[in-house]
Amino acid sequence: MNDTNVQRRQFLKTSVGAAAVAIAPGMLLFDMAHGKTEAVSNKVRWGMLIDTANCADGCNDCVNACNKENGLSGGLSPTDSQWIRKIELKDKLTGRELSLPMMCQHCENPPCVDVCPTGASFGRADGIVLVDKHLCIGCRYCMMACPYKARSFVHEALHDQKPDVPRGKGTVESCTMCVHRVDKGLQPACAEACPNKSILFGNLNDPESEISRKIRTVASIQVRADLGLNTGVRYQGL
Amino acid sequence: MANLSPLRFQTRLYYVLVALGGLIVLIGLYAAHMMEQHGHIITGMNNQIVWGTPHVFAIFLIIAASGVLNVSSIGSVFNKPAYKARAPLAGLLSIAMLAGGLTVLMLDLGRPERVIVAATNYNITSVFAWNILLYSGMFAAVVMYLWTMMEKRMKAWSKPAGFLVLIWRFILTTGTGVIFSFLVVRQAFGTAILPPMFIVISFAWGMAVFHIVQSSIYAWNLKILDEYVQKRMRNLMGLFVIAALYFVATYHLTNLYFAKQTEFEQFILVSGGVYPLLFWVGYVLVGNLLPLVLIYHPAFGKTRSVIAASLLIIIGGFSLLYVLIVGGQAFPLSIFPGYEVSSSFGDGFIGQYSPSMPEILLGLGGVGIAFLITAIGIRVLDFVPREIPKTPLK
Amino acid sequence: MSKLVALLVALFCCASAGATESYGMPKIDIGKGGECVKDPNWMRKNHMHLLFELRDKTVHEGIRDDKLSLKNCIECHASTKDNNVLGREDSFCEGCHRYEAVKIDCFECHSSKRSSALVQKEH
Repeated sequence: MNDTNVQRRQFLKTSVGAAAVAIAPGMLLFDMAHGKTEAVSNKVRWGMLIDTANCADGCNDCVNACNKENGLSGGLSPTDSQWIRKIELKDKLTGRELSLPMMCQHCENPPCVDVCPTGASFGRADGIVLVDKHLCIGCRYCMMACPYKARSFVHEALHDQKPDVPRGKGTVESCTMCVHRVDKGLQPACAEACPNKSILFGNLNDPESEISRKIRTVASIQVRADLGLNTGVRYQGL
Repeated sequence: MANLSPLRFQTRLYYVLVALGGLIVLIGLYAAHMMEQHGHIITGMNNQIVWGTPHVFAIFLIIAASGVLNVSSIGSVFNKPAYKARAPLAGLLSIAMLAGGLTVLMLDLGRPERVIVAATNYNITSVFAWNILLYSGMFAAVVMYLWTMMEKRMKAWSKPAGFLVLIWRFILTTGTGVIFSFLVVRQAFGTAILPPMFIVISFAWGMAVFHIVQSSIYAWNLKILDEYVQKRMRNLMGLFVIAALYFVATYHLTNLYFAKQTEFEQFILVSGGVYPLLFWVGYVLVGNLLPLVLIYHPAFGKTRSVIAASLLIIIGGFSLLYVLIVGGQAFPLSIFPGYEVSSSFGDGFIGQYSPSMPEILLGLGGVGIAFLITAIGIRVLDFVPREIPKTPLK
Repeated sequence: MSKLVALLVALFCCASAGATESYGMPKIDIGKGGECVKDPNWMRKNHMHLLFELRDKTVHEGIRDDKLSLKNCIECHASTKDNNVLGREDSFCEGCHRYEAVKIDCFECHSSKRSSALVQKEH
């Protein structure tokens, strides 16, 4: 069974439990630990398969969903954060045109993690690459090292951040694969928002998951596979 | 002031200069404070040009700090008396410039108040983290070296300490070069030639800084530099400049030969606007050809020419670093080789950057710190080179 | 001299023992309030250690105990007037931190507002 489903069920179970507690007020209201109390493990490797053939030119739904979910301004100046962006490509020789979303590729061997002096850049056991903003000193070396230009630096003070997505001035940030949603058993916002279902999210380590079955049967590549980073995000039809 | 005796006038002038240096440092600190208050939005840096003017200043100061020690190494390790007399001054300059450079680097962080995290949470795979050890170790090594030279009872240790400093600064400059050469995906960086290039460049820049400081001290104290010493040091600087130019030429020639790099070279050397201009005029002409004429042409080569040559070498150094660091980032990162790309995040386009006042002032503040440490150091301790009287040959 | 030192030590001990409920403590708007994780006195002294430990577990290991999350703290303790733990002299976090003159680092990045109120506003 798909791990997303497992997690979703777990979440439902705990939510129902929490609701039951709420119905009987005064009892155990805060004594029961609920939520995800187990550490994430490397039995799961979260990944995405992006079907560029279905990714519509000019469609920005994934980007807008990301901005809304994570509380980004959506501004496009060179100092604004962009966790996901649409890139329009044109083959220089053949003239073939396509469009795709680009974000943190959640590498297994991420250069950003290697170069970070404080260990603020790190990969979670389940393959999600994050910045621990409590440790980030804002040196921006990870931005120099990232082959995908996936990271942004917060250039000015922010207000009204989302409770689930803390962000702050002077630290580096990037796509978190919506870790706060994934931990609740939900899909990343971009995957959910895509009108053509071009972003398939799932567990690469589970041979039975939809994403694993699909990458076994259709041709897909990692961007800059020559770098040997083993990205968690793969592209189809590139 | 006209009725002051020359000595008192000089003392006053000294205090004015120190106060000026202090003022520059204060302005630099204020700029850093503004950057912390408002965020990096008040600098020219952005998500495409991640490192800018502060890094040009910081890396220049750090490279020169390592290179200036060449003077002491030639003296202590290779036993040249003319250089031995200058070793303490070189050590002081090294500490001063290292302090200036590191301060700039630290104050440019997004969260400078958290710099202690770099010590408590140490990522062993990070070149940056290695450099934190290398820089602090360098301070310790040079201070120890100075102690062995200035304390009579420690004289015996001077040579091993000098040797340690020699090795340490080689590793340190390698570490500084490696910060860039480990960036595999950036067209401008990601090559193993950068560390040795930085080392050779450091010799030239360090020597240039040393010449300027030495000439100033001699002029201040109304001393005349021995012509023989002047000639030796001047020619050595010329040699280093030629060697550095050779490394820079090799770097670009290699890139020109790789088909995948030719677009980048076209940008940096021909079409990139300010970057080719700075490279050819700033680095090649002002930083190399003119100084070489001033050093080697028989009509020049006197004190004034050497000072002018040194200043030009420093200007060339800043130009080269600006081209390498800022120009290297301005050229678009190749994420999809073979494709023309465009996006809202600057993919496929030249990154725009113009240095803002706060970052320039922060960089100058670092130079101010180096000046202040040097000026005060020379005043309170015995750093002025004293010529060892020539013994007649037997 | 030694007597003087002893006297000072004794005075200091008394002072620190009394510090938990000392005179002039600010009146704090505790929102919904009540005992949740531990008793208020323990929390007053130790909440930062708890927060530090749990933040590392949450960020690095994905352990999200809903009860012990900062979000949940704010959910209850934000003022019922403005749904915030900051902003006023008697706000839950700011009031006490002002009194103790300790800078709070959390809310440059974290939201200081009751999240259920934010969700309501969105809909």
